[in-house]
Amino acid sequence: MKHALRNPLALIGFSIIAAILLLALIAPWIAPYDPNAINVKAILLAPETNHWMGTDGLGRDVLSRMLYGGRISLLVGFVAVGIATLIGIVLGAVAGFYRGWVDTVIMRTVDVMLSIPTFFLILAVIAFLTPSIWNIMIVIGLTSWMGVTRLVRAEFLSLRNREFVLAAQALGAKDARLIFTHLLPNSLTPIIVSSILGIASAVLVESGLSFLGLGVQAPQASWGNILTDGKEYIQFAWWLSLFPGLAILLTVLGYNLLGDGLRDAYNPRSNQN
Amino acid sequence: MLKYLLKRFFWMIPLLVGISLISFMIMHLAPGDITSSEASFNPKASEESRQKLRELYSLDKPVIVQYSLWMKRMATLNFGTSFASHQRPVFWQTKDKDGNVTLGMIQEALPITLLINVLSLILIIAIALPLGVVSALKQNQLADRVITLFVFIGFAIPGFWLALMLMYWTGVQHNWLPISGLQSLGHEHLHWLGKTLDTLKHLALPVFISAITGLAGIALFVRNGMLEVLHQDYITTARSKGLNEHRVIYGHALRNALLPLITIFGLSIPGLIGGSVIAESIFAIPGMGKLFYDAVLMRDFPVIMGILTIGALLTLIGNLVADVAYAWADPRVRRGVMQ
Amino acid sequence: MVKWLHLRNLLQVMTWVVLTALMVGCGDSTSNKSIHKIDYSKDYPANSGGTLIDAMTGEPSGLIAMIAGESAASAIAGNIFNSLLKYDKNLELTGELAKSWEISADQRTITFHLKPDLKWADNTPLTSDDVLFTWQKVTDEKTRTPYGSDFKLVTLAETPDANTFRVTYKAPYAPALDTWAGLHILPKHLLKDQDINTTAFARNPVGSHYYKLEQWKNGQYLKLTRNVNATQGQAKIDHLLSRIIPDKAAQFLELSADNIDSMGLNPIQYARIFPARPELNKNIALYKELGNSYTYLGFNLKRKPFDDIRVRQAINYAINKQEIIDGVLLGLGEPVASPYKPGTRWSNPALKPYPYDPAKAKALLKAAGYEDHDGDGIIDKDGKPFSFEILTNQNKEREMTGVLIQRRLKEVGIDANIRVLEWASFLGRFIKPKEFDVVVLGWSLSLDPDQYSIWHSSQQAPGQFNFISYSNPRVDKLLEAGRLELNPDKRMKIYHEFSAILLEDSPIVFLSAGYGLSAIHKRVQGISNPAPPAGIGHNTYEWNIPQAYARSEMSEH
Repeated sequence: MKHALRNPLALIGFSIIAAILLLALIAPWIAPYDPNAINVKAILLAPETNHWMGTDGLGRDVLSRMLYGGRISLLVGFVAVGIATLIGIVLGAVAGFYRGWVDTVIMRTVDVMLSIPTFFLILAVIAFLTPSIWNIMIVIGLTSWMGVTRLVRAEFLSLRNREFVLAAQALGAKDARLIFTHLLPNSLTPIIVSSILGIASAVLVESGLSFLGLGVQAPQASWGNILTDGKEYIQFAWWLSLFPGLAILLTVLGYNLLGDGLRDAYNPRSNQN
Repeated sequence: MLKYLLKRFFWMIPLLVGISLISFMIMHLAPGDITSSEASFNPKASEESRQKLRELYSLDKPVIVQYSLWMKRMATLNFGTSFASHQRPVFWQTKDKDGNVTLGMIQEALPITLLINVLSLILIIAIALPLGVVSALKQNQLADRVITLFVFIGFAIPGFWLALMLMYWTGVQHNWLPISGLQSLGHEHLHWLGKTLDTLKHLALPVFISAITGLAGIALFVRNGMLEVLHQDYITTARSKGLNEHRVIYGHALRNALLPLITIFGLSIPGLIGGSVIAESIFAIPGMGKLFYDAVLMRDFPVIMGILTIGALLTLIGNLVADVAYAWADPRVRRGVMQ
Repeated sequence: MVKWLHLRNLLQVMTWVVLTALMVGCGDSTSNKSIHKIDYSKDYPANSGGTLIDAMTGEPSGLIAMIAGESAASAIAGNIFNSLLKYDKNLELTGELAKSWEISADQRTITFHLKPDLKWADNTPLTSDDVLFTWQKVTDEKTRTPYGSDFKLVTLAETPDANTFRVTYKAPYAPALDTWAGLHILPKHLLKDQDINTTAFARNPVGSHYYKLEQWKNGQYLKLTRNVNATQGQAKIDHLLSRIIPDKAAQFLELSADNIDSMGLNPIQYARIFPARPELNKNIALYKELGNSYTYLGFNLKRKPFDDIRVRQAINYAINKQEIIDGVLLGLGEPVASPYKPGTRWSNPALKPYPYDPAKAKALLKAAGYEDHDGDGIIDKDGKPFSFEILTNQNKEREMTGVLIQRRLKEVGIDANIRVLEWASFLGRFIKPKEFDVVVLGWSLSLDPDQYSIWHSSQQAPGQFNFISYSNPRVDKLLEAGRLELNPDKRMKIYHEFSAILLEDSPIVFLSAGYGLSAIHKRVQGISNPAPPAGIGHNTYEWNIPQAYARSEMSEH
């Protein structure tokens, strides 16, 4: 990690994420207004002293909505990736460790899932269920575990034959012990990298779903739905598009820079010069 | 090799059946069907007529029965007709007794999506390849950082936001490009060159948006692949032999780093036919993405199943082709030497 | 090796060349820029010719309205086909294909006399045979239409001669005339050997109205051209082009760039954006007309405490309807107190909506046993707090309305949360099985006053429209009587009484009727402003585009 932070880009990424996470955490304390407080006398105001980021079509303060929306957008990212990673670790570990027909079945399932364009799948499932925040998190999670599975499986396959594992096996260690104490900890970095990148994707997917009307629903704010609400006034109420757009951009950028930096640091080959 | 190919083909059938079954089940998870659209919740439309419609489309039968009806039709490669679009054929055109040809829905939408995706892929490679190479060669220097930053920004920017801003800038403020649609209004009267230019103008923004988001993946891939290869022993050998640096990079390193790119192509086949729902909606392009989205909202089952099936088929074939191409291109595999 | 280098460079060069060519080659700016310099305030004499370009978000599934059903289909088909009757600018029934009609003494038979020398677009004569054929089709069991039920009430349909069409009903059916104003007459000579459900005619129709279909590019646009054989005379504009642009933001950009002539606006665009943009106002004019639907808050009358009239009325008093009109519609709407279009004869002028009166609301709630006994800010009864869910579908305005209602209810101590649902789920999981507390939805304001299917107690089965389970014997009798009375003045009295009872009972809270808002380029002249009750669309055949303002075909993108 320290090594990664020597990379200026990763450092930038880390700072961005830290700043955004901090703002999201303290949102209830610093938001100047209730994000759902409608004020029909203050509709579509440009940024000014009372409303630093202006107001939306119902007179709600955009800054407050952005702060609370950040919590939601990030929450979607974390939970969705959490689900995906959990499934991925379990399936990947089992496939990589036991191999044989279990491996085949799991990898064929991965192939099946990958043969349907992900966004189509998410779209279809969300449209069929009610687009609540939990459904979105679960559905994104259930459609992005494939990458993690492949990653974990690949790690396990390569680590399996290393000396320390063989030694532990020779000493009579049980499977579970091998997996949890030896294999998994050493596979951690690619999993972390993949999770970080996954959070970025999840935030983007949520904004895409909002555009189609299937994202986080009103009155809850999310960056995706603030951006979507403002799209018809993009020439006029630029603040409704600029701030959430920038927020999404910076967040996704931050996670990507950090994740990429970590990956570079982890990969020994690419650092020889 | 032949045995391998046969085995793969053989596996495709159960996989396709599995995919279609899962898709069918998911569709029927949800409440509602074609008769429950908002438009039909209209006091002038009676419940009995909606019920009649359901019977006509076999929607009142148990899911398994509906699935077997669909499978039976598929066995004769009949993808059925759309529920929502006045019986338009889902896949290929049909001719009625008077000789009127009705074009199939996928038949019309697929070429458009393919065109956008292929153009986008070409653009991505044209930009990502040199960027990735430069990034690898100047690893950790300013050029590398700037390129990485640029490429990530492209990925991070929400597509529809960028699309709207570009549409405003190029179409409203200046009259450089059309704002939406696929063709201009007098398109048929143009010379073939004019037609091509007209279509390209309309596709410029969608292709650009699509490319800018895909750039990051490929550029990084090329960069990491190059780095990996550059540190291999045979490169050091080539250098110590006194070979021209250019030859080392492009002749040896790049070629080998590009091999995995073939796998990437194979993996991006489902993306090729899955047009971007968002871009097509914003730019009013009647491609596969919009077709799928509309079908999902209207619960137009034959169309949904048709698209998912074709998607799955193309993916499986794409993966197969990619694996075979890789195996052929990589001499190590070709000669059967295991790494 | 070296070859690689060349190939890569070549690709790069090609890309840049293409991109540059696109940028440069699109310098059509000259023609469009000159249009921007035109002064559209000059008045020109009515002129024939030109193309009107508008935008649709959806594409018709077919152009046979009885089968297609969605609004995009009816909008386009409405330019191609005629009905026997139509509504004039004051929303009174008048003849379209029929020049006159008589109702028999027993009120069961209607005789329509067609205008002489009517023709189809392909020059074939249009006769009562076509009308009979259309009726047979809409009542045919095999036709996949949801609109057959009204027409099945006809027991006998006859064509005594080529210009006369007579229908006899089992019992007098007052909404009949309205149904004949909505049925597009189809050509028998082209459809008699066709299966109407699958015929290619739906994509290549032949009608009798002002326009005929010239071209339909799937997913892109539909182009209509003036029909020289039109039964109602000649329209002034030569071509109508409807571009399919699903995204409203993209439509607005196209309007701003003068690529389309008209689009529907939302209240914010109408009231906030246009006034702030002089460059838009120079070329584009705004129009408003009272729309055709109303939004309401509906109670599930089978659930406590919504079966208590005091609770319903209390909620009615607690909601500030003007606030909803001002906030959601930016003032571009009107309050309604009955399910009829204000300004028409069916709307009872004596009725006024419940005023905003939270004190009265609290008093009524208290009378019903609801008070804040435990001091938590939420009123309760028998230990249970008054808390429920408001359901609505994915419609921005309804969501905003829900939020405003939620806030006002909170002020009187009612805890309501809002849930937004996708339509099919909403219908299938909540409305049909009546698993809801309260909904925010909309109905259309009828032109025919019959409201039987929504309010009669016999219409409560799953899938039918009285899903709130309203049952009032007096209302039932009035609705039944209204269907039998063909005399408009007597009918009016019946429905005025019906509306009064409905308002008193408050099974729903009428919230607002929004205006239809449009932006139409100033090159289109002849539009009535202010709009008559039928809306600005009543005389589209008179709209015209002066030569000086017409676009040149090829500069359109």
